[in-house]
Amino acid sequence: MELTPDLLKTLYRYLVTTRTLENRVATICQSQNANDPLIVGKGYLSTGQEAISVGASVALRQGDWLAVGHRDMGAHLVRGITPQEIFAQYFCRATSLTQGRDENIHFGCTEKKILGFISHMGASACVANGLAAAMKYRGDPNFVLTTFGDGASSQGIVHESLNYAAVFKLPVVFIINNNRYAISTPVQEQFTVKNLSDRAAGYGIPGMLVDGNDVVAVYQNTLKAREHVLAGKGPVLMECKTMRMCGHGTHDSAGYVPRDEIAAWEKRDPLLLMKERLVKEIDFTEEADKKLNLEVNELIEAAWQAAAKGPAPRAEDLLTGVYTEVNDGRNDLRRGDTPSPLYRHGR
Amino acid sequence: MVEMTYGGAIRQALFTAMAADDDVYVFGEDVAKFGGVFGITKGLYEKFGPKRVKNTPLSEGAIIGEAIGAALYGLKPVAEIQFSDFITTAMSPLVDVAANYHYRNNASLPLVIRMPSGGGMRIGNFHSKCLEAWFYHVPGLKIVVPSTPRDAKGMLLAAINDPDPVLFLEQKRLYYTVKEEVEEEYFEVPLGFARTVRAGSDLTLVTYGAMVGLAVEASQEASKQGISVEVIDLRTLTPLDEATLKTSLRVGAEFCPVPAAPTLEDAYLPSVEKVLMAIDRAMKY
Repeated sequence: MELTPDLLKTLYRYLVTTRTLENRVATICQSQNANDPLIVGKGYLSTGQEAISVGASVALRQGDWLAVGHRDMGAHLVRGITPQEIFAQYFCRATSLTQGRDENIHFGCTEKKILGFISHMGASACVANGLAAAMKYRGDPNFVLTTFGDGASSQGIVHESLNYAAVFKLPVVFIINNNRYAISTPVQEQFTVKNLSDRAAGYGIPGMLVDGNDVVAVYQNTLKAREHVLAGKGPVLMECKTMRMCGHGTHDSAGYVPRDEIAAWEKRDPLLLMKERLVKEIDFTEEADKKLNLEVNELIEAAWQAAAKGPAPRAEDLLTGVYTEVNDGRNDLRRGDTPSPLYRHGR
Repeated sequence: MVEMTYGGAIRQALFTAMAADDDVYVFGEDVAKFGGVFGITKGLYEKFGPKRVKNTPLSEGAIIGEAIGAALYGLKPVAEIQFSDFITTAMSPLVDVAANYHYRNNASLPLVIRMPSGGGMRIGNFHSKCLEAWFYHVPGLKIVVPSTPRDAKGMLLAAINDPDPVLFLEQKRLYYTVKEEVEEEYFEVPLGFARTVRAGSDLTLVTYGAMVGLAVEASQEASKQGISVEVIDLRTLTPLDEATLKTSLRVGAEFCPVPAAPTLEDAYLPSVEKVLMAIDRAMKY
């Protein structure tokens, strides 16, 4: 697809929205009352690596599925999850995507074709395969984009999934979001291969190495990968190199990262790179950037304030939804004092 | 009605389900032309072709992953794990993704995992275990363990038609040893109903699967000594038919995934109050 000024501006707007939203999550975490917190749990942010999830997800079409990791806020926004929904999720409100049953980035949305994220991470890759197998089964011209980090790339299920996808030539693009740290463990303590994309050879599939801080490069390479998998040629393994410019969570000051490493990457901040490009290549000014940031900021402020007004889930709803409801109180199956747990559902 | 073995009834159920619904498909290790190590999927490949009956690499985790993804997409996958013992290598997708998916994401996963289970075939520690006790403690999974050919067919069809993830634990020692008359057409034996196999008044044996026959035999012996034994076949462990069991006392965390919202987590966790309520109920018993 052509890189029109509109598309470039859209990419940049998603980068700014993601950064602004997550900065807000961080400041709420830092300032809230620990005894009655607004954000339940911690914030897990994608600061410094927003370009991967924004660039990759803008390359998706409507029928494509997304199986993302925990530093993919940009992809949620691109797919149409609203900032208010994200804050409701962070605040564990009954109005959130998981109805308060899960917190922060642990959510999915079937309607918007986003697989629910789990903390074990690797297992999303094998579920991505299942979605892709079903697309193939139905003859649908779509694919699945799945992302995980350098940390998850060491899990057995990830290797199993890559081989499995290769054997069945499944339309899956596996993106490794290599941000150099698995919580505190640096890449040199995680693997010995130079590039994680080199592992592709072991599965007999193409490997791609992409600058993860260049949103346009991520976008264009995802399009290439999409074309490959939709042609029935099997999966692609794409490594995007980047840097996590924050702690693992909002509770972590990342003191284990050398200062000069951070300083070097700060010069390559994906928002900065994209802004420079816009100013250089299209009709975009510092003035326009200020205006955009103000506008996005207002939107984010309104979103979290509206989300905070949502009700907390009710304790009496604790046991609903463990199983699919089929006309009766099947959710109460193990409770001795409920009426009959027996049920039958129609064919 | 046709006489079927336990294994033959399961095979028949697969033929019936696949003929009835194009969204049902079967995959696993050696299930295609070879027909599975116990011959349960024999003939399916010839009838339904490679799209709907496929061999997989030795990747139990990836097999469960395919089942989850395909179910989420709207298909009705029936995966075979060659021996239930091998499910240990696939715990994360099964327990972390499949079991709590509906609770967390409000989306149904109509998948079935068939697993030959249990001992009696002289094939050792890695091919004989019964692991259902583990999965009994995982909210969101359903566990079916049929004890007769008719139940095996009817409950597999019900499991395939069920909106939630079902572990279907086939009893290896029954595959070729028990026979009975079973309907040839489509029928379901609903999940969640125990069956009183034998009435008795002195004590009750509660069991399931391959142990039902054994319990009946033992109760017949006991009756010679004047002890009247009732035998209940649970048939499904989750949902558990507590009405037939008449009573149960359970103190602990509630049976659902651990929720995040403080209002919910406080209701989920055990409390002194809940223990006292259970003591109170036990005292009244």
